Amino acid sequence: MREKILTFIEKNSRIDLAELAVILGVEEVDVANELEAMEQERIICGYPTLIDWDKAGIEKVSALIEVRATPQREMGFDKVAERIARYPEVNAVYLISGGFDFLVSLEGKTLREVSQFVSEKLSTIDTVLSTKTNFILKKYKDHGTVMAAPTKDERIMMA
Amino acid sequence: MRNPLSKKIVTIQPSGIRKFFDIVSEMPDAISLGVGEPDFDTPWHVREEGIHSLEMGRTFYTSNAGLKELKEEISKYLERRYHTVYNPTDEIMVTVGGSEAIDIAMRAMLDPGDEVLIPQPSYVSYLPCAILANGVPVIIELKAENEFRLTVEQLEQAITDKTKLLVLPFPNNPTGAVMERADLEAIAEVVIKHDLFVLSDEIYSELTYLEEHVSIASLPGMWERTITINGFSKSYAMTGWRLGYACGPKEIIKQMLKIHQFAIMCAPTTSQYAAVEALKNGDEDVARMREEYNGRRRYLLHRFKEMGLECFEPFGAFYMFPCIKEFGMTSDEFATKLLKDQKVAVVPGTAFGDCGEGFIRISYAYSLSNLKEALGRIECFITKLREKK
Repeated sequence: MREKILTFIEKNSRIDLAELAVILGVEEVDVANELEAMEQERIICGYPTLIDWDKAGIEKVSALIEVRATPQREMGFDKVAERIARYPEVNAVYLISGGFDFLVSLEGKTLREVSQFVSEKLSTIDTVLSTKTNFILKKYKDHGTVMAAPTKDERIMMA
Repeated sequence: MRNPLSKKIVTIQPSGIRKFFDIVSEMPDAISLGVGEPDFDTPWHVREEGIHSLEMGRTFYTSNAGLKELKEEISKYLERRYHTVYNPTDEIMVTVGGSEAIDIAMRAMLDPGDEVLIPQPSYVSYLPCAILANGVPVIIELKAENEFRLTVEQLEQAITDKTKLLVLPFPNNPTGAVMERADLEAIAEVVIKHDLFVLSDEIYSELTYLEEHVSIASLPGMWERTITINGFSKSYAMTGWRLGYACGPKEIIKQMLKIHQFAIMCAPTTSQYAAVEALKNGDEDVARMREEYNGRRRYLLHRFKEMGLECFEPFGAFYMFPCIKEFGMTSDEFATKLLKDQKVAVVPGTAFGDCGEGFIRISYAYSLSNLKEALGRIECFITKLREKK
């Protein structure tokens, strides 16, 4: 049941509990219990909203920063990652394979703000060796959702 | 000038489903619950395979019966899913949708005067195809109290010494009814006793929500008297690719293939390449879509219960067939008024046979948010109707 609940709310976390129970064919109280349990176990870590800020007319600048860092004795990359993650400007931190070590997703109000953060805060962390800032120019798809307006239903009543 | 038309063709009525669409397309804010095809796009990996085949220049005819590789995949699929064994060489043919298969099967099997048993409500093409094949359609009226399943008693009653073919349209469009193993076993017994043949249209076989679909050809003694029709439209959301298939004893397939050869040549090549990919790697897509339809099905059933709208629980396809007899209107009047007053399009049950009177077909091949909005409007509509009474 957990997988079913998670699969559904991953796309639509705003659904009413009673309705979700009907759709999954289970009791409402069971859904509620499972949700609560999964929140406590931090399987469900939050219910954020997917926003097209451009459309809202509110300026935001996002960037993906490639970071190379020195792993630390006994701690590996974890300590560096925790440090980076602490900044509220940072949306996401991933340890990745390939030519660099971390991919850091950032959001700021202006280009200046983002670059200032990188040069003054991120790069100055002593275990950070180098950074490369990639500004996001346009978001086409985010969290499995295509940002453009949904296409019109062109189906005809045929069969 | 002489009359250019055949007497036979002018007696055939056009499909009743389209009638509403013409009105709906004039209403930009109308919500339709009328279409009979999946709302999902064809899975991307399947489309990509079609594109790839075009890039590779595979733009020629295939052999009449279809690509060898596709027939082999169909054969494997049928054995894996429904435990029926067909030789890809001469017991399977690829058609332009299930619809073509219905047409050519009837033309290959019927002589003038042969009676064809057609359970209704059912898909609109069996009756005209039977007439065009010079057969005599005999309607069996399925009943809501039997959950629109075909019963042995009804079948026995309809059989005469002229009966040759029984059409079995399950899982059913428009009712959503299914036939379970025990139902089919009882039917098979009668079919064998009377030496009949079966045209089993299993185009919705992947969309069942109770038990796995049972193919009547898998029952003892039935393989040799059954033509099974299936296709890619509903299971893989591939309606526009126009691809289906028929399988059965080679003596019948051989004759069907002749008609296909002269009328069609072969099914679209691009679609056939895409379909190979669908059968090879599409199981997960099918499961995902089935799960989603099932959620909507439960939701609709629940909402109908809340509204007090009578509806049996359908376990197949993506349709609900609620009863609207309490409102004292014909299905046509109800659907027309619903469209005018609340701008929701449904199909009157009578589009699928006279015995569909008193019912409407609601398709749940729509997103949940779409269904919610439409159901809200329907609730509003019937509340007003009840107040007036």
